[in-house]
Amino acid sequence: MAAKISYADVEVGTELPAQSFRVDRATLVRYAGASGDFNPIHWNEKFAKEVGLPDVIAHGMFTMAEAIRVVTDWAGDPAAVVEYGVRFTKPVVVPNDDKGAVIEVSGKIAAMLDDEARTVRVDLVAMNEGRKVLGMSRAVVRLA
Amino acid sequence: MALDQSFVGRIYPATDPYEVGREKIREFAEAVGDANPAYTDSAAAVALGHPDVIAPPTFVFAITFKAAGKVIEDPQLGLDYSRVVHGDQKFVYTRPIHAGDRLTVTSTIESIKSLAGNDVLSVRGEVHDADGGHVVTAYTTLVARAAEEA
Repeated sequence: MAAKISYADVEVGTELPAQSFRVDRATLVRYAGASGDFNPIHWNEKFAKEVGLPDVIAHGMFTMAEAIRVVTDWAGDPAAVVEYGVRFTKPVVVPNDDKGAVIEVSGKIAAMLDDEARTVRVDLVAMNEGRKVLGMSRAVVRLA
Repeated sequence: MALDQSFVGRIYPATDPYEVGREKIREFAEAVGDANPAYTDSAAAVALGHPDVIAPPTFVFAITFKAAGKVIEDPQLGLDYSRVVHGDQKFVYTRPIHAGDRLTVTSTIESIKSLAGNDVLSVRGEVHDADGGHVVTAYTTLVARAAEEA
């Protein structure tokens, strides 16, 4: 494990570089194939509406995968993430147009957990259309 | 319909090994648009101290969720999968997954609750490598929304 950020260089409140992630229908088809999650609510508009959704929605696990990139890009080594959890609070609706949807993710250090293990807790905020799409989105990260 | 509480604590047999392929990791990393070289370039992964390319943090869900399928589809449990949404997800890692790992999953039903008419099922999936070493534990909470009144 070789995180490029040092525990000594951060404190509670330190912000991680925010990122935006675009997702369109092609992204969802590709993610379905890569993850093996072929639930039609993620690619079939007719089916999604039949089960009461406004339109096709992104896989919650896709949003979870994008959100942690704010941490892994910052830490350098993805193995710096020792714990990661989220609550799926709102769906990311993905319209069938040339724009798709955008997930905006920011993160900051919420706690210095362990001086010996050099672990910190990062709280992430993932937004789509002005709404939080993940709740309790937290990662424990081991720094250098 | 309430789920059968007697299922709490039930442990399902370990799955057959899932062999983690280098190209499967690449496919997943590309699908989430993540260009981190640790996922696709073994030299970059080795430079970080890993034996081979590693998988992104959420990659393992495909493996643990398939294992959880044994639980979800257990007719004795009585879960209506057509009404299920993913509530919470957490991973606790001992080490990252890397190409060549042969992983088995042991699923345990942690809790069954009824909240406002919804059935809430929590499943823990312990992932081990071929040597029996712990790799990651996945905690998955599924919510079966209450059926509408007819």
